[in-house]
Amino acid sequence: MHELSIANSVVEICAEQAQGARVTRVTLEIGQLSAVMPDAIRFCFDVCAKDTPVEGATLDIIETPGKARCLACGATLALAVPFGQCACGSENLELISGQQLKIRQMEVM
Amino acid sequence: MCTTCGCSGTQGATVTDPDEEESVQTQAQQRQQSGTVHQHGHVYRRVDEHSDEHAHGHTHLHPHSHPHEHEHEHEHAYAHVPGQPAALDRAHTHGHEHRTSIELEQDILAKNQLLAERNRGWLAGRSILAVNLMSSPGAGKTTLLERTIRDVGQTLPLTVIEGDQATLNDAERIRAMGCRVIQINTGTGCHLDADMISRGLMQLDPPLQSVVMIENVGNLVCPALFDLGERAKVLILSVTEGEDKPIKYPHMFRASSLMLLNKMDLLPHLRFDVARCVDYARRVNPSIDIFQVSAETGEGMDAWYAWLRAHRDVCC
Repeated sequence: MHELSIANSVVEICAEQAQGARVTRVTLEIGQLSAVMPDAIRFCFDVCAKDTPVEGATLDIIETPGKARCLACGATLALAVPFGQCACGSENLELISGQQLKIRQMEVM
Repeated sequence: MCTTCGCSGTQGATVTDPDEEESVQTQAQQRQQSGTVHQHGHVYRRVDEHSDEHAHGHTHLHPHSHPHEHEHEHEHAYAHVPGQPAALDRAHTHGHEHRTSIELEQDILAKNQLLAERNRGWLAGRSILAVNLMSSPGAGKTTLLERTIRDVGQTLPLTVIEGDQATLNDAERIRAMGCRVIQINTGTGCHLDADMISRGLMQLDPPLQSVVMIENVGNLVCPALFDLGERAKVLILSVTEGEDKPIKYPHMFRASSLMLLNKMDLLPHLRFDVARCVDYARRVNPSIDIFQVSAETGEGMDAWYAWLRAHRDVCC
């Protein structure tokens, strides 16, 4: 359950950046190929935020779809898992999107 | 968790040096505990000091605040413009008392990444090869280490960092081989992180130009995400598991540069399709190296030792 330590990091970073203010909203970007489940993050976030300046904050998660470039023919293709096959037959793919694990922004009061 | 400042003690891992027979609580935990006490003390002291100094500070600040009040009047004018969403937004913001949006664009794992790079530099400066061994529980990581220590420990200086949720069992097995070892118990944690390795390395104090084997917590999911500062991730898959593990746990197989297919001596008793497993692994990671080994009988282990020596020579 690495989502627990990731949710903990999110709370830590936001509390530090808020510099004493109360955090009311946090927006995360989680790629679909990042091996992190948004539902598990939601579940852990409230637990980790308890008794911190982030307690009670609304959590928004933007899920970025997976995308890869074929290293054989250069085509771009959509991926739901971190591997696949290009229409040209090659399985040698470079993941170009979908691995994001970021705090985009937060709202403080 | 401290209810005053919100600092959390849930990440406390324990680093144990079996040679010293003493359990050292992590520095982070000690820092958190002593930090909590210190901070609380300071807060109280500051309140007293502030009561004297504040009077001076406030009188000086007042003249500066006047020009700002003029700006506020302008903002009110905007809020009264009808039918514009932006103006409505402003009116709302005023009603809810200054909500400010802050763009962070910060990588959540940045802190671990930073610590991992620090470990990498520390290891490179000492010409040490660090290898992160990962597998599901029971794939034979510790047996593989025992065999490796027995076969090449005389010519290739090895030390070990053992990661488990609990017990010193694996460290005791490695220590019985005459090898220097540190045990990290992660408690509830399901993976090692760069901070634990940093503390483990300090305690281990590995010799120059040696090899540090990091045995991660048995888990095919979480360790893939956490860079420890190692030179290579090595995945151990045993033939007693399913041959479709590479496509079931693609993140782990994608992150690894070498896969050791272990327990090959048991193959005659199983319905494990080696060719299909290798095919799945290459689909997920076309550049992965694969060696078929048996840590029990020693079959195929020479390829693994040659890989270790080649990677160690690059570090020196």
